[in-house]
Amino acid sequence: MKIVVLVKHVPDAQFDRHINGPGNTTDREESILSELDEYALEAALQLAEERGGPKAGNEVIALSMGPSGAVNAVKKSLQIGAYSGVHLSDDALAGSDAAATSLALAAAIRHISADGRPVDLVLTGMASTDGETSLIPAQLAERLNFPQVTFASSLEVAGSQVTARRDAGAFSETVEAQLPAVVSVTDQINEPRYPNFKGILAAKKKKIASLSLADIGVDASQVGLAGSWTVVESAEARPPRTAGTIITDDGDAGIKLVDFLAAQKLL
Amino acid sequence: MANALVFIDNPGAALKKSSLELLTIARSLGETAVAFTGELTDDVAATLGAYGATTVYRPSVEELDNYLVGPKAAYLAAAVAASGATVVLLDNSPEGKEIAGRLGIKLNAGVITDVVGVEADGTAHKSVLAGSYNTTAKATTPVTVLSVKANNVEPAPAGADAAPATVTVEVPAEGLANSARIAARTEKPVSGRPDLSEARIVVAGGRGVDGDFGPLEELADALGAAVGASRAATDAGWIGHDAQVGQTGVTVSPQLYISAGISGAIQQKAGMQTSKVIVAINKDAESPVFEIADYGIVGDLFKVLPQATEEIKKRKG
Ligand SMILES: Cc1cc2nc3c(=O)[nH]c(=O)nc-3n(C[C@H](O)[C@H](O)[C@H](O)COP(=O)(O)OP(=O)(O)OC[C@H]3O[C@@H](n4cnc5c(N)ncnc54)[C@H](O)[C@@H]3O)c2cc1C
Repeated sequence: MKIVVLVKHVPDAQFDRHINGPGNTTDREESILSELDEYALEAALQLAEERGGPKAGNEVIALSMGPSGAVNAVKKSLQIGAYSGVHLSDDALAGSDAAATSLALAAAIRHISADGRPVDLVLTGMASTDGETSLIPAQLAERLNFPQVTFASSLEVAGSQVTARRDAGAFSETVEAQLPAVVSVTDQINEPRYPNFKGILAAKKKKIASLSLADIGVDASQVGLAGSWTVVESAEARPPRTAGTIITDDGDAGIKLVDFLAAQKLL
Repeated sequence: MANALVFIDNPGAALKKSSLELLTIARSLGETAVAFTGELTDDVAATLGAYGATTVYRPSVEELDNYLVGPKAAYLAAAVAASGATVVLLDNSPEGKEIAGRLGIKLNAGVITDVVGVEADGTAHKSVLAGSYNTTAKATTPVTVLSVKANNVEPAPAGADAAPATVTVEVPAEGLANSARIAARTEKPVSGRPDLSEARIVVAGGRGVDGDFGPLEELADALGAAVGASRAATDAGWIGHDAQVGQTGVTVSPQLYISAGISGAIQQKAGMQTSKVIVAINKDAESPVFEIADYGIVGDLFKVLPQATEEIKKRKG
């Protein structure tokens, strides 16, 4: 099975995150592999291992689109266990919205399929931890004309059929789709492994292919700020929340709490 | 020709408040049509009319619900073409956002999710990076697709009571062909409490509740609130996963969020820090949740919550 895992290099949420520059884009210093993508990577590794791993012809390819630093998300994925990596990078990609991103990623996936071994499965996290829109899996599926299975909390592949469980709103569902498919997974699906020393050493020998827009046959006008269908006109930092009144319970904090709620007209 | 098209998916016997909100926003954009799925009862049709919808589109096939989003996006694209609408409004549920996403590709239209306000020209307001920035964004395309969060406008009827015309829209066959099929579906038990994502008040518990959500549920019922949880509490199996608030759970933005026995990890904060008022009850004065609480109580939730519940009942008589 040939699996592509989308891995995004995102600003670390443990630090303050900023929007700046032309097009009000996110500052990508201090970035890391989006933690929600680790679940997708783990799911891919498990599927490949169940099928005999690389020796049996399975592939787990970590694909990241982003500026030069984004190669670090690919490297981290290789340390965790991805078999090879692809870094799609081009100055013209900067500022791409979901539509432009899905266009470039779809082209990259077609390119990865063009070696005669078509991609069977595209795995993603349930959302990026920066944009948080969850649009990419759906838009990618639309562009590739693959079925999409999103928010999978379990995943099985038998023959050419994917079966997943999802916990959607008022329902729990079992869904089925034919490969090739796009599947996004939640943080309920597994416990991602950590890179160990052996994995870190092994990663150094693994291949990372660099792709530009020319390689995937995409014109600069289709992506980036130019190719995006939305613009962010303004971005204003919200004043951070500050601590309010803090009291220690002396036996009547419940009553004081109700006083507070009453004063705020919340009762 | 409609200006705005509102997608209303399977409302059942009555329209949800979030749908009424979408209709209210749509009216501020111009003439409103509705793309509807599911059974259109007389009551629902009358409400759609009262909220200003002039046309209600319905799909030519009934099996849209047997597939994941693909066919609904295909239907909605056909309804956009039929109505000529330039703005499409959907709710901000995971499914609403995905339909919006696919629709955007089908129509070459910009999609903006998590919208909290819409101006008359379609400019949208949203907050990003876990609530740390307020932004305005706009689609540059002829059609704009917006998924709008609940609780940002007061639903208001149009004051007209003309019944909308109903029109059937042909769902393209390829919409069904390449979609994931729903093989089984079980409805989860309903609590009778308000829906978490729409509730005005949320009472949420974490690892500190130590398996017992009883005191939280009692406070929630006294306040008419929804019950939420941290991932530690849902992972422990004390409460269903759909109660989880945070980065990988539900994002809430209520008038009041009461956090009890929750430390306030970054992933939890991501789902609640745009709440109007935050109250935190935690034994540990060093818990990060106190950094964002408007009112913090360092104390044992098993003492504080029942006392508060008692007091609320007393005052409400
Ligand atoms: C990828 C990923 C996604 C995640 N997504 C989410 C998410 O969506 N939502 C989420 O919540 N978390 C999420 N988490 C988990 C998050 O990092 C924290 O682990 C989690 O929020 C901790 O839950 P907690 O605060 O209930 O538990 P703890 O951190 O263990 O805190 C329990 C708190 O209860 C207090 N306490 C104990 N007993 C009492 C008592 N009797 N009275 C008062 N206070 C008491 C303690 O002082 C402590 O502060 C995610 C983590 C990862 C890695």
